[in-house]
Amino acid sequence: MSTARDQVGDNWLDVGMLRDIPRRGARQVVTPWMPIALIRTIDDRVFAIEDRCPHKKGPLSQGIVHGSAVTCPLHNWVIGLESGQVLGPDSGCVKTLAVRNVDGRLYLELPGSNEDAA
Amino acid sequence: MTEQLVIIGNGMAPGRVLEELFEAGNADYQVTIFNAEPRVNYDRIMLSPVLSGEKQFDDIVIHSDEWYAARGVTLHKGKPVIDISRERRIVTALDGTAACYDKLIIATGSTPFVPPIPGHDLDGVITYRDLDDVDTMLEVAANGGHAVVIGGGLLGLEAAAGLTERGMNVTVLHLAPSLMERQLDVAAGYLLEQALIDRGIEVITNANTKQIHGDVGVSGVELEDGQRLEADIVVIAVGIRPNITLAEGAELETNRGVIVDDAMVTSDPNIFAVGECVEHRGQCYGLVAPLYEMARVIARQLGGEDASYTGSSVSTKLKVTGIDVYSAGDFAEDENREEIVLRDAAKRTYKRLTIEEDRIIGVVLFGDARDGPWFFQQLRERRDISESRESLIFGQNYAGGARADPTAAVAALPDDAEICGCNGVCKGKILRAIEANDLNTVDDVRAQTKASSSCGSCTGLVEQLLKLRLGEDFAIDAVKPMCGCTNLSNDDVRRLIVADELKSIQAVMQALEWTTSCGCAKCRPALNYYLLSTWPGEYEDDLQSRFINERAHANIQKDGTFSVVPRMWGGVTSADELRAIADVVDRFEIPTVKCTGGQRIDLLGVKKQDLPAVWADLNAAGMVSGHAYGKALRTVKTCVGTDWCRFGTQDSTGLGVKLEKLMWGSWTPHKVKLAVSGCPRNCAEATCKDLGIICVDSGYEIHLAGAAGMQVKQTQILCNVSTEQDVIEYASAIIQLYREQAHYLDRIHGWLARVGIDTLRAQIVEDSAHRIELFERFLFSQRFSQHDPWAARAHGRESHEYLPLARIARREAPA
Repeated sequence: MSTARDQVGDNWLDVGMLRDIPRRGARQVVTPWMPIALIRTIDDRVFAIEDRCPHKKGPLSQGIVHGSAVTCPLHNWVIGLESGQVLGPDSGCVKTLAVRNVDGRLYLELPGSNEDAA
Repeated sequence: MTEQLVIIGNGMAPGRVLEELFEAGNADYQVTIFNAEPRVNYDRIMLSPVLSGEKQFDDIVIHSDEWYAARGVTLHKGKPVIDISRERRIVTALDGTAACYDKLIIATGSTPFVPPIPGHDLDGVITYRDLDDVDTMLEVAANGGHAVVIGGGLLGLEAAAGLTERGMNVTVLHLAPSLMERQLDVAAGYLLEQALIDRGIEVITNANTKQIHGDVGVSGVELEDGQRLEADIVVIAVGIRPNITLAEGAELETNRGVIVDDAMVTSDPNIFAVGECVEHRGQCYGLVAPLYEMARVIARQLGGEDASYTGSSVSTKLKVTGIDVYSAGDFAEDENREEIVLRDAAKRTYKRLTIEEDRIIGVVLFGDARDGPWFFQQLRERRDISESRESLIFGQNYAGGARADPTAAVAALPDDAEICGCNGVCKGKILRAIEANDLNTVDDVRAQTKASSSCGSCTGLVEQLLKLRLGEDFAIDAVKPMCGCTNLSNDDVRRLIVADELKSIQAVMQALEWTTSCGCAKCRPALNYYLLSTWPGEYEDDLQSRFINERAHANIQKDGTFSVVPRMWGGVTSADELRAIADVVDRFEIPTVKCTGGQRIDLLGVKKQDLPAVWADLNAAGMVSGHAYGKALRTVKTCVGTDWCRFGTQDSTGLGVKLEKLMWGSWTPHKVKLAVSGCPRNCAEATCKDLGIICVDSGYEIHLAGAAGMQVKQTQILCNVSTEQDVIEYASAIIQLYREQAHYLDRIHGWLARVGIDTLRAQIVEDSAHRIELFERFLFSQRFSQHDPWAARAHGRESHEYLPLARIARREAPA
């Protein structure tokens, strides 16, 4: 039997279970490089973005998740989860990271490991 | 020369291979089939109608014994194959029957997945796969009783509907929060759940099965949360796994399924695989349409032609009579995608198209699935829909219609066209009412005809009719919609939540025809509040629709830390409380301690993960949440009143404490601040509060609608009362009326500016019966809100809210 880890390769880091993030919610992942928000949409897609709003560094992991966007809790900037781009009248962007969901376990590709293991 | 073709499995996929092969008539094969099931080929997807009684087994047989005989096919029934010898090209069945092959087709299908729940091997615990399963279900159902279906996917729900038709009491247990979540979005899943409930099927979502009970035969099911359900039969339908044991034994390449290339050939060039056992380009299929496409490719190759299979888009339809559900493609939201949503509350339908780059990529239909195949065809053909997008969602019958200006479109409607579906009011009736009674506004039309007085979704049409008759004299009333997801105003939404008894966010979005599937950051907190205040004790608070402060029960600060303000009733504290606060500050190294404007102590810079422990310590000293973070009762400021002050006229401190103990925990449209001053010198600054009490010799002045924020507002006096009990009754009635009428994020002064203080006087001062009703409704609502949220979280509730999912140290990171 192959393990889930084998399926995603060595560049991917196990960061926990999908079920531990509420639907339309987020959890933070603390890393030495930057804080990361892991965000789960209503239809169970998971996105990883830099957990700092380009406006005033608000923690996006604390915002309201709607559709495939999150609204920053500090000043209501809306950030698209797919591209990391700020939507609407404001502009800016946050870094996005790749996430894989293998049978409910989540793997994150960290900076410095950009070769796609797929 | 005649070649030997051997097929392992006799499901729908190999049946279709043979049909295609014989129809083409260009191949010369001697065919031998091994079937593990003791019968001929039948239409497996029609098992549900057999279960529900709409069809008999004979109706669903595809190929009879005669069919095989006529084509010279040898069919071994009830003979499972146990070995494939690839060197010798021989397959052998369990009873020793063997056959040589030139070409072999593996069509072993799939096996239902049975999770290792204790008790899954008891008698009466079955899966839903073949006719034997249906026979077992029918046998048990003949005696009535209780059935539990584990799995709320396509098969599970069909089993549940069939067993209900057969007279059983059925409960569906589904692990995910919404039914058929792989095929349906949450909005359609909600409607499906309602439709099943209407048929008497009990649905439990988020259901974790802990154990199946019974001695020999099954007797019940126990859930993780301790709930126990009676069961005479348990049907497990949580998914299927490709059946690859035989292929693995023959050392063919496998992964989840038997791996095939675009020619449907396995890693052995003489062996094809088809159907549910196959993995093609990483994809396994469990629906019939792709299997037929694969079958066609194999048949053509056996006939010597070139053919290749490149994968399928699939569509799904639930086969439950009277419940129309259709799903195809990818319906996930994405910022490059747009959605077109059409809801019809009266007809209980929901249609959603997902569009990317002017092409349909996903379809979800509930309640009216007639246009499903039409949408699906456009999806498969990747047809550009930019020309037809305005009318696309209305389906095939409307396609190609001209885009007209809205008034002209309404003008073109016949007189008997129904405008208001809720109240059955047609165009002619509205026009006649406008003329006969000189109606000028939508409200007039509502009063005269009832049109637009229920769900309100026809308001736009009624406005167009007024414009049609009155011309430029009628300016379409610019009602400000609540947000971009609806055309309805806050007032309309509040009114309809009450009138239509809408009790969940999904129910509101469906009944009021929201144009998005999941709402936005504006409407979700507002709806959550409206539902919470309208249905106390019934509506379950949706934490994911609350702003972070209310979700975390603390105030987020600019650096992402939080501030904590314990409640100090009336602004009164004690040495013990102060000591406990000091200890908390030391223990958690809280950087700033500050007095607030509301006579409280604010602990600033608390790390989020420390919050539950901070609260546990504060709770231990008797302090509870001060709700400084909420759209809720914040603080009641007081002066020292008759206790100490030489000017005090009443016990302002005591009254302030009483009011705070009565009102704490209450959720309101915006924050609510109170103050009680012991004399007109007004040291507690009651005249700039949402609700202020000024004590005078003769009793109490009740002030309201003050503010000292961005706008400074002096309060207005509502009335004078003579006792503390009066103050409590009037103040509660005011707060309750505000809770029931105001728009979300209205302060009391904003609300009052709209309704006018005379309305309040009429409802609260002059109408004592109404005042008492409001007071009682407030007390009722408080029964459900006066639980300290800090205590619950100090004991572990919502613990995920306070901890990161993971912490990654540098050494763990990939090189």
